Formats: sequence, structure tokens, C-alpha cells
Amino acid sequence: MNAQEIIFYLIAAYILGTGIMAVSTHKIFRASIWLLFSLVGIAALYFWMDLEFIAAIQIVVYVGGIVVLIIFSIFLTQKAGDEMPAPLKSRTLPAAFASLFALAFTINLLLHHNFGSASEMVFDSSVERMGLAMLNTGDGGFVLPFEAVSMLLLAAMIGCIVIAMKVKKEEAQ
Amino acid sequence: MTPISLTHILILSTSLFFIGAYGFLTRRNLITLLMAVELMLNSVNINFVAFNKYLYPQNIDGIFFTVFVTTIAAAEAAVAIAIIINLYRSHNSIDVEDAGEMKY
Repeated sequence: MNAQEIIFYLIAAYILGTGIMAVSTHKIFRASIWLLFSLVGIAALYFWMDLEFIAAIQIVVYVGGIVVLIIFSIFLTQKAGDEMPAPLKSRTLPAAFASLFALAFTINLLLHHNFGSASEMVFDSSVERMGLAMLNTGDGGFVLPFEAVSMLLLAAMIGCIVIAMKVKKEEAQ
Repeated sequence: MTPISLTHILILSTSLFFIGAYGFLTRRNLITLLMAVELMLNSVNINFVAFNKYLYPQNIDGIFFTVFVTTIAAAEAAVAIAIIINLYRSHNSIDVEDAGEMKY
């Protein structure tokens, strides 16, 4: 067992452990912090796969953006120290059973599937190559989804403002 | 021990996906539901990157899928939180059981 494998198993245990804590703890603020740890672990997994740019995106967008947004909304809507009511046994048991069964089924499929061997080419995920492909209008270019996503972000931004805006009493009538 | 292969990473992402699914099925608070969905989206991202790196290293399509999924997840989280805040104003609670009625 070399160092790379040990590091992979450590990262995997970290991601899964913090993920389980994120979905099972009874304090909502702690759940969001466990989620943050889990997302940092996933960024570490991307570093382990030599994908520095994706890891940077993961940290900037998820850890720095989405988790902070979630924490803000917790402070706006909840008393952060309160315990959430424990879920009913009649709900957790079927959910755990269904998840475990589906997990066992999928892992069984994965272990018996032969994915074939990778081609021997070197994986080039440099930012330069990604940027060129992102603005390439020709074959294998991603300029159309790039523009579509920028429109989506604009629409989401306006949509958030419209949805969360306070409607004054006299205007509502 | 075999060296780390695609199967190892896929087992990790599958486990993470079903952890998220378990959270989605058991939680009744909208914000924690959103967190469970984020875990599931992240496991899908790991899958895209792993398939790209281990099976098709000459392409970078999987990386682009990951980038776009991340972007859309950010937009989705922002809209969901706007809806949650709006719901909190009208119902004073963000428990899904308390928001059972529809307006029309």
C-alpha cells in the first residue's frame, strides 16, 4: 500500500464520515458546518486527482459561496442553537433501508462491470486548454453552453431578487 | 490491495450519493433538504471527473460538465434560498409539513 492509496482512503473516509454527520446531526448549524467539511474533502479529492482548477472552483463556489449562503439563510430563519425534532422511526428506518439496498445494488453492479482500459494518453486538464475550448465555436467547443449558463445566472439573480423582495401591504391589494 | 482504480472512486461517489438520498428522505427542514441535494450533486461531479480522467483522458468534456453542474448548483441554491425566505415570511416556519396548502 503506497502513500497515494493511503491518502485516497483517508480522503474517502473523511468525505463519507462528514457527509453522514451532515445528514444525521440534529442541530442545523452543525449540519451546515459538517457539509462544509465534506465539500472541502471533495476539493481534496480533486487535488488528489491532479485537477487543481476544479478543486479551486469547488472551494470558491461551494465552500465560499453556497455554504455561506446556507449559513446566512439559517441565521435568517432559525434559532441556530435549537435542536431540530428527531425524525420519526417510521421515516428513518425505511429511508435507511432503501438507501442501503440501493447502495448495495449499485456497488454490486460496479464491481462486476468491466470498464475497459483507459487509453495511454496523458490527461491534459490545463486551464489554458479549458479556456480555449470554452470559447471555441468550432468542433468540440463549449461556447453555446457557456453563454446559456451566463443567461441562466442572470435569470437566477433577477429571480432571487424578485422572489425575496418584500411586497408592501397597499401594493399587494 | 489493488491500486486505486475507477471502481474505487465510483464506490465513493455512490456512497456519497446515497448518504444524500438518505438525508433527503429523512429531513423535514427545507434548508437541510437543500444540503442533502448539494451532497448528491457533488457525488455526480466526482463521477464526471473520474470517468473523464480514467477512461477518456484525451477529452475534457467531463470537466466541463462538472463546471456547468457547479454553476447551475449555485444558481439553484440561490433561488431555493430566496423561496425559503419567502416561505418563512408567510408561514413563519420552513418545515415542509407546515407548507402543505397550495394557493390555486
